[in-house]
Amino acid sequence: MDLSSINPILLLASLMVAATPIMLAAIGELVVERAGVLNLGVEGMMITGAVCGFVVAVNTGSAWVGFLGAAVGGALLSVIFGFLTQFLLSNQVATGLALTLFGLGLSALMGQGYIGVKAPGFPDWDIPILGDIPFIGPIIFQHDPMVYVGLAIVVAVWAFLKFSRAGLILRAVGENHEAAHALGYHVVRVRMLAIMFGGACAGLGGAYLSLVRVPQWTEGMTAGAGWIALAIVVFASWRPGRLLLGAYLFGGVTVLQLNLQAAGAAIGVEYLSMAPYLATIAVLVIMRAGRAPGSLGQSFHASR
Amino acid sequence: MTMKTILAGAVLALGMATGAAADGHEPTTVGFVYVGPIGDGGWTYEHDKGRLAVEEAFGDKVETVFVESVPEGPDAERVMTQMALQGADLIFTTSFGYMDQTINVAAQFPDVKFEHATGYKRADNVSTYSARFYEGRAVQGHIAGQMTESNIIGYIASFPIPEVIRGINSAFIHAREVNPDVEFKIVWAYTWFDPAKEAEAATVLIEQGADVILQHTDSTAPQAAAQAAGNVVTFGQASDMAEFGPFPRVSSIIDDWAPYYIARTQAVMDGTWESKDTWDGIGPGMVAIGEISDAVPAEIKASAEDMIERLRTGEYHAFTGPINRQDGTAWLADGEIADDGTLAGMNFYVEGLDAEIPQ
Repeated sequence: MDLSSINPILLLASLMVAATPIMLAAIGELVVERAGVLNLGVEGMMITGAVCGFVVAVNTGSAWVGFLGAAVGGALLSVIFGFLTQFLLSNQVATGLALTLFGLGLSALMGQGYIGVKAPGFPDWDIPILGDIPFIGPIIFQHDPMVYVGLAIVVAVWAFLKFSRAGLILRAVGENHEAAHALGYHVVRVRMLAIMFGGACAGLGGAYLSLVRVPQWTEGMTAGAGWIALAIVVFASWRPGRLLLGAYLFGGVTVLQLNLQAAGAAIGVEYLSMAPYLATIAVLVIMRAGRAPGSLGQSFHASR
Repeated sequence: MTMKTILAGAVLALGMATGAAADGHEPTTVGFVYVGPIGDGGWTYEHDKGRLAVEEAFGDKVETVFVESVPEGPDAERVMTQMALQGADLIFTTSFGYMDQTINVAAQFPDVKFEHATGYKRADNVSTYSARFYEGRAVQGHIAGQMTESNIIGYIASFPIPEVIRGINSAFIHAREVNPDVEFKIVWAYTWFDPAKEAEAATVLIEQGADVILQHTDSTAPQAAAQAAGNVVTFGQASDMAEFGPFPRVSSIIDDWAPYYIARTQAVMDGTWESKDTWDGIGPGMVAIGEISDAVPAEIKASAEDMIERLRTGEYHAFTGPINRQDGTAWLADGEIADDGTLAGMNFYVEGLDAEIPQ
């Protein structure tokens, strides 16, 4: 084994990039679930975001506009889910699964003609001064802007849930929708907004794959990232801080195991391959303290 | 031997009987089970091109159905059963991981013909077919060994199965032949198709000094990663991937399934279909080498084209001795050519590779 061929700076730097798509999708789903809605359609919204972002970016020539398009695309798809579950009171699990299947098909259709097309560039942000700090600079301060946008969203969600009145209302709706309704809060409206936020975040996560990490459009390119995001929300006990940890851990071990393989580590490849899943589950389960929002997955209608 | 003859006779009779039954005015239905999406730009894309060629060749005498992104495992069995129940006469299952499922389903539908790609289990109504991709790998190794400046070649492998191991060995032998200092870094992705993971693997290999990336996964993501890095050479896998040429993609291995699919569909229509094992290379045209771009110096290009020609005519075999196994024991003596049985079940690295095959 030749560990010296692994550059720790590059390893830690690619950790942040590898974690970003999952983190974006997961933070959106966290808000949705804190509002008491279980949307299993993350994968479908991610892939729709990936294709929307790609199509918009290619046609406008701007990756930023592409990300905007991805957020709108993901949110629009989630509105279908919201309408079915919040107004027609359909089963959330079944509707979410259907949304994933629908999203995969829709994205394949929309992506016809974009296979093999190149995405506009999205250069790294070389932050002056901070980026020049030895060791830490290249790891933390020399990424593309979406890495920081993702982090900012996580921090904003944390602050929103912890300190703001609106966050309190959202949590109330998620914990006990009847009580929230009795207090005069509009349960369905809050949930619709949360669902749309979740869709937009999942769309951003998908677009990060198609515009930055891969970067091109290929059918089915999320390849299960949405499900990982869902799992991380649960194992993070619905807390933004732990979610960040979980996503970085998963991304980090994924990159680490590939590095170890390339360096010829004397550990079985099958163990290395399962390491990201095992490490993430183990750490988050050991730390686990929270419980699911009280009304998670239940339909609400004011007449009951 | 006699048993074999009897079996072959029985198969023939069965083939004729079912052929006669299918010989009405009903169109012949041909099913395809794909492991990835048809838009992957690689493996499945080429199989689907073969399907379209079948439609083109037979017009309304044939009907094709396909299911894409079918996971390897129990799900595949469900998809195949569904196809057989819906009246498919011939079903192509196009990934190694469908092997046992194909055999299982075939046993339940003796009148339906099955064709399993890249596997080694056959039955009376199950044929196997594969291409000698390793011939293409030999050409890749030949070019890669001379193009690398860091002497590190990165290899994104999928699953530790004979087909993939054969490819690694073939590429390595021919890279070492032209460059004794070359080393291979191998990453097992444990997937055929996951663009994000493939991109990640390519990036990791590049970070660890590789300036040539060979891939045995199906998407074009590694090509894009190499392009972003700027000075890394790649080869198209399964499909030409010409959109990444002339650089980083300097050449490619192209699978051409169309002639085989058309011939086998014809055989089912004529009632002459029988279970057999097909393993064709550059010669019969199942494997093609995509154009070697101008990014490759002229003399390397010329010698690579010479090698392609010798592989095509059969004058040269990609596994010609002397070759030792990784542990140093002799495998092929000087001038000896590997037999197909050993190649088909290849589960060892050749001497010089500094890695272990995951078990």
